[in-house]
Amino acid sequence: MIRFANVYKAYPNGALALKDVTFHVSKGEFVFLTGHSGAGKSTIMKLLFAEQKPSAGEVRVSGYNVTALNPDDVPRLRRRLGVVFQDFRLLEDRTAAENIAFALEVTGARTDTIAARVMRVLTQVGLSAKSRAYPRELSGGEQQRVAIARALVNDPAILLADEPTGNLDERATRGVFQLLRDINAGGTVVVMATHDLDLVRQTTYRIIELRDGSLVYDSQVDETAAEAQ
Amino acid sequence: MKLLTREALLSFQRAPLLSALSVTTIAFSLFTVGLFGLVAVNLRQALKGLEERVEIVAFTLRGTPSETIAIASQDIAAFPEVQDVNYVSEEEALERARAELVEFRDAYRDLQVNPLPASIEVRLKEGYRDAATVERVAQRLRGFGFVDDVRYGRDWVQKLDYLRNITGVVGLVIGMAFAAVAVVIIGVAIRLTILQRAREISIMRLVGATNWFIRGPFLLEGALKGLLGGLLSLVLCYAGYLLFRDKSGGTFAGLVFFRPEHMAVIIVFGVLLGLGGSLVSVGRHLRHV
Repeated sequence: MIRFANVYKAYPNGALALKDVTFHVSKGEFVFLTGHSGAGKSTIMKLLFAEQKPSAGEVRVSGYNVTALNPDDVPRLRRRLGVVFQDFRLLEDRTAAENIAFALEVTGARTDTIAARVMRVLTQVGLSAKSRAYPRELSGGEQQRVAIARALVNDPAILLADEPTGNLDERATRGVFQLLRDINAGGTVVVMATHDLDLVRQTTYRIIELRDGSLVYDSQVDETAAEAQ
Repeated sequence: MKLLTREALLSFQRAPLLSALSVTTIAFSLFTVGLFGLVAVNLRQALKGLEERVEIVAFTLRGTPSETIAIASQDIAAFPEVQDVNYVSEEEALERARAELVEFRDAYRDLQVNPLPASIEVRLKEGYRDAATVERVAQRLRGFGFVDDVRYGRDWVQKLDYLRNITGVVGLVIGMAFAAVAVVIIGVAIRLTILQRAREISIMRLVGATNWFIRGPFLLEGALKGLLGGLLSLVLCYAGYLLFRDKSGGTFAGLVFFRPEHMAVIIVFGVLLGLGGSLVSVGRHLRHV
């Protein structure tokens, strides 16, 4: 589903955000991207949803080659992904349901199917009772659930979550994380960038750790290597 | 299409103050352009009034048979530049002189012999009333054997030419300067609204909206603002026109307002400004991929 091969990313000032990063993510996986701030987690996320292009190397996501992506294909790629951020990125002047419907409308979904699809994902994230609430009327955890519902409404093959619990208290963090696990259990690939090590340690999911732009640890590769020895 | 219209209209509802601000900005920018346009239109009108007085008079030799003059008049009327030809006989010339030159009425009354020659008065079509054409036509009139002398206000026609060129050039330069300023101001006003919605644009991109889908509502919104601004500027111009005409105590009673085609140009200009401003401003937010 995801393939990074010897990826470099240099910023205009010459600084390297990523150095020779290689990894693969297969169907059904849940992957943690960990590392300190500035280690390169967000850069990997941006490459994954084609917000940026790599300076060198190859990035493939869900069949699209991001390295040589045609501008017209950027929206097509994004419709196969769901993206969730730390700051939720909801439109303040629309209700929860409208925020989710918006994601369907921009892709040209049939209008008569929209209401039902919105309700389905709102139920999935446990917010069917708050469909008419505006973001400011919702708690942080609830806002993140709306954002996740919006990410899910197009039935993405891959869900990208960039520090999705960074702004949440412990209880909301647990709830959102459980939701992401459920989504993954349904077959969706989840890539979650986080520096919350407590969360990472709770599970046996794959961990990819970055430091100063380099991949320093990949639990899958290291375990395979250990087994081989 | 429904979604496009809804999103464009919603933006007015969501940011009424900012929308009103950009519509008024467009309106006032177009108002200055419009006021200048009104001055230009009225100057043109005044010049046209003067131009209509451009006339070439060919005085005929005494004793020329009227048939000769009638045939020649027909030839002259067929010149492409000529609008109409008027024959003034010796008697008519005298009548006119008596009517117009009141001071010499007594002198003309006691005349035994009419000293005034007959003449052919030639008026030119619009667009041919410049010094070069007038001279060319005058030259051709001199070619007729029975024509004694040809007169037209040479200095006057040349001055008219000069005036016409000056107003044309000055009008174009100042008009373009005004229009350029309007474009810049309107561009800034529209950018403000789009900056306010940069977040919305980024979210639209995130969920996979195509660039044209994102542009659509903004373009429609820009065009609508331009349309409203254009209409408002015409209302302002009309108010200004009425005020100026009625308060001037009759000096400018002959002022004219825009013709429908002028008004259409202003409105289309407003719509294009709105569209262009939006296109450029949205483009900035879509480019960095």
